[in-house]
Amino acid sequence: MSENLATVAYIGATILFIMSLGGLSNAETSRRGNFYGMLGMTIAVVATVLGPRVTAAGLPWIIGSLAVGGAIGVYAARKVQMTQMPELVALMHSLVGLAACLVGFASYVDTSIVYTGAEKAIHEVEIYIGILIGAVTFSGSIIAFGKLSGKIGGKPLLLPARHWLNLIALLAVIWFGAEFLAAHDVDAGMLPLAIMTIIALLFGIHMVMAIGGADMPVVVSMLNSYSGWAAAATGFMLANDLLIVTGALVGSSGAILSYIMCRAMNRNFISVIAGGFGTGGGSTPTATTGEQPAGEVVAVSAVETAELLRSAKNVIIVPGYGMAVAQAQHTVYEITKLLRERGVNVRFGIHPVAGRMPGHMNVLLAEAKVPYDIVLEMDEINDDFPDTDVSMVIGANDIVNPAAEDDPNSPIAGMPVLQVWKSKTSIVMKRSMASGYAGVDNPLFFRENNRMLFGDAKKMLDEVLVALKT
Amino acid sequence: MSLTIGIPREIYPGEKRVAAVPDVVEKWRKLGFAVAIESGAGALANFADDTYIAAGATVADNAAALFAQADLILKVRAPTSAEVAAMRPGTTIISFIWPAQNPQLMQEMASRQLTVLAMDSVPRISRAQKMDALSSMANIAGYRAVIEAAHHFGRFFTGQITAAGKVPPAKVFVIGAGVAGLAALGAAVGLGAIVRANDTRPEVADQVKSMGAEFVPVDYQEEGSGVGGYAKVMSEGFQLAQRATFAKQAADVDIIITTALIPGKPAPKLITAEMVKSMRPGSVIVDLAAEQGGNCEFTVPGEVVVREGVTIIGYTDLPSRLAKQASTLYATNLLRLIEELCKTKDGRIDVNFDDEAIRGATVIKQGEITWPPPPPRLSVAPPAAKAAAASAPTPAAKKSSHGHGGGGEPMSGKALAGVFGVSAVLFWLVGAYAPPSFVAHFTVFVLACFIGYMVIWNVAPSLHTPLMSVTNAISSIIAVGALVQVAPPLTDAGGDRPNELILGLAITALTLTAINMFGGFAVTRRMLAMFRK
Repeated sequence: MSENLATVAYIGATILFIMSLGGLSNAETSRRGNFYGMLGMTIAVVATVLGPRVTAAGLPWIIGSLAVGGAIGVYAARKVQMTQMPELVALMHSLVGLAACLVGFASYVDTSIVYTGAEKAIHEVEIYIGILIGAVTFSGSIIAFGKLSGKIGGKPLLLPARHWLNLIALLAVIWFGAEFLAAHDVDAGMLPLAIMTIIALLFGIHMVMAIGGADMPVVVSMLNSYSGWAAAATGFMLANDLLIVTGALVGSSGAILSYIMCRAMNRNFISVIAGGFGTGGGSTPTATTGEQPAGEVVAVSAVETAELLRSAKNVIIVPGYGMAVAQAQHTVYEITKLLRERGVNVRFGIHPVAGRMPGHMNVLLAEAKVPYDIVLEMDEINDDFPDTDVSMVIGANDIVNPAAEDDPNSPIAGMPVLQVWKSKTSIVMKRSMASGYAGVDNPLFFRENNRMLFGDAKKMLDEVLVALKT
Repeated sequence: MSLTIGIPREIYPGEKRVAAVPDVVEKWRKLGFAVAIESGAGALANFADDTYIAAGATVADNAAALFAQADLILKVRAPTSAEVAAMRPGTTIISFIWPAQNPQLMQEMASRQLTVLAMDSVPRISRAQKMDALSSMANIAGYRAVIEAAHHFGRFFTGQITAAGKVPPAKVFVIGAGVAGLAALGAAVGLGAIVRANDTRPEVADQVKSMGAEFVPVDYQEEGSGVGGYAKVMSEGFQLAQRATFAKQAADVDIIITTALIPGKPAPKLITAEMVKSMRPGSVIVDLAAEQGGNCEFTVPGEVVVREGVTIIGYTDLPSRLAKQASTLYATNLLRLIEELCKTKDGRIDVNFDDEAIRGATVIKQGEITWPPPPPRLSVAPPAAKAAAASAPTPAAKKSSHGHGGGGEPMSGKALAGVFGVSAVLFWLVGAYAPPSFVAHFTVFVLACFIGYMVIWNVAPSLHTPLMSVTNAISSIIAVGALVQVAPPLTDAGGDRPNELILGLAITALTLTAINMFGGFAVTRRMLAMFRK
């Protein structure tokens, strides 16, 4: 295959990737979108392998590694539980990051391509940046994976003077960058490159360690973005337009997702990445910033909950991370099905940052076969709460906290929330009275029309289901 | 010590409403208040003294006795000078006040050191809707307007085909689709009439349609929404076009209900003498703006007159004509307001000026006039959520329901200029120093970023997870980078190329990306297969 043919194939692949992302704009076309993605990838790989840059000597290696990697990938995709999706996605980001690093090193030691003057400088900067982004993505994703799978605690780790540490790391990276560019041969350049890689790895670890569990949607989509930029940087390095375009597509998509998530929490990107919650100077958040809510907490049993649901006409279910942890989505669907058969209008209200990954709740509910047309976004459903008889909050806290609207001193003031307290009755399923991730008390629990159903979400919902059936 | 709520009998001529109903009295008692009611206060609204006593109120024989013991007086109509003089200094009064129209009364109340909350000054913000008595009264007025019209109209509203012949349906035209207008639409549609409506605010067209009526637009381009969801004064050109539209309707319909009000201004004269003349004899006009001078040139406030064979109803007390309903709704509005005032539920009130709703309603605080309040921080969204009766999805909600719209608010000019500035410098640097091959790649890169940006905004939020996993899979395009390193066609230039090392690195990278590639697409496929209707 000639150079031109390969290029044309790349253009085709690029178009398919764009159509793939476009296809995801709604559920009907999404499957086709995924297919376009696969097709594009196949074209890209085949065109490269048959193209002028790969000789026949490499074929066995290529086929071998694709087969091994592919088998592992497909196996993992089959086996993974839907509740583990965030971990899997984070882990996969780390692979891209690591691959970007390796390709960067390989490109650096490759002496078969010779540049001079400004081209050489630019090529080296590209390598340097490519490895930098790759390394941050790699270590950051590994930590995110650890946090999401519970192998590392979810609490933000706040080192003293962490902003200074980050700044020093940045300055060091720039200084070693200058050293690297000044190096005359490969061996001399290797040392600054290696040191920078280590700094970047540490930076990635530090950055994600400082971010708490509920900010994970932002982090996961940010890492997604980084893996795209890493691919784009590799594209510059290898002068490959396909890589540049695809990397830029992925990078900007991740960046936009991060932005959407930040906006849903009414926080800016910097404050999320800087870590901690709503703390400018790095002090830990205190639980008593707002007024202590007054009033009584009314606990109910599963049977009473079932009673409330049975007599309701309109029900809105608001799931949160607690539902994912308890794996309760199937029971939720059973209850939904039962109520819908009895003519109760059951719908779901999804907060954009519910869960640990953008769209996490939607995937879980889809897995439990909840039809997506009764799963609504916050903006679509918030006006309907006043007409709702019962809203059931399953393992969520901050996203239904009325203090965000009422109390300007609250750390989460201004964050858009689901107004469950406007419904006639709200039931909050929770393990205990503990405050949510933001460390803010939730005045919802003390509202007159609120009931608490304490216990593990799955167990309680099972009991509710049994009570409903009788 | 907890406060005593006092409910005097309304002394305004013809006023049948009362500020308390037994159900609400019970709730005030639960909030910790004592409640006293003047004997006979609820009689005209069909609430006997006994029912109040059963709800926990005490009965005072006359107004003087009531004012002597009450700390918080609740009324419907603004108090008269005599009533103000009878109140103890320091008393709090909640009632309709109309501070703009009653400067004299305001002075009197201020000099008595009263604290006054005006139900007509409750700001139009979503949170204060539950205490918005203007809306609840307007709702009643709109309904009653149709009933009054039906009473004076000599025909059926609904079309019928009877053994005695065919009856055409009545045609009703409602001007102004605010709360009262929408209520009138609902009532008239319910009676079976053909109903049309017009409003200067184009966004209410959907609400009109949702009530089963037809929206009659004025053929002229001008936006009529003022601050706070109210209408504003329109331009002359618009008024001409509007008059033409109304004239056409007047000649065609049997009943006109006008509800056009502009805050703080006399009601616009929309129905001229010629229009009345063009109507069929026996037609009816109900003028809900009669109190502010009327929308019709012939309107006599408070009376029913017949001009050119057309009955023109100018009653100003329509809510009072549905006294029981009006009292119940009004008392509930008062209850909601008092709940806000008494957050501690200990029978005491706190006029908290940090609360926007309370700040807006308070016109006098301890003898100091605090009206008008600062402008509301948040205006009601244009589609006036108030007309929740019209349960149609509002245009704004609809717009934001898919994807994330256009990405929210447009950036401020300053920020935009900053972005342009930075990009200009960046692009100049690239253009000035970079070699041509880089510029080519850079072009591709920047354009691709924009394509990504455009495409992603359309993605539905429910598909964010599949989006992430598919972009993740796509990012394994980095495999191409590894592929070209595995076994490139070597020239003799790179004689000392460490082939084994590069091969090792590339193969490892390729394996890793293969995991990602296959795994990513497979898991996306699995996820998407689950999304179903």
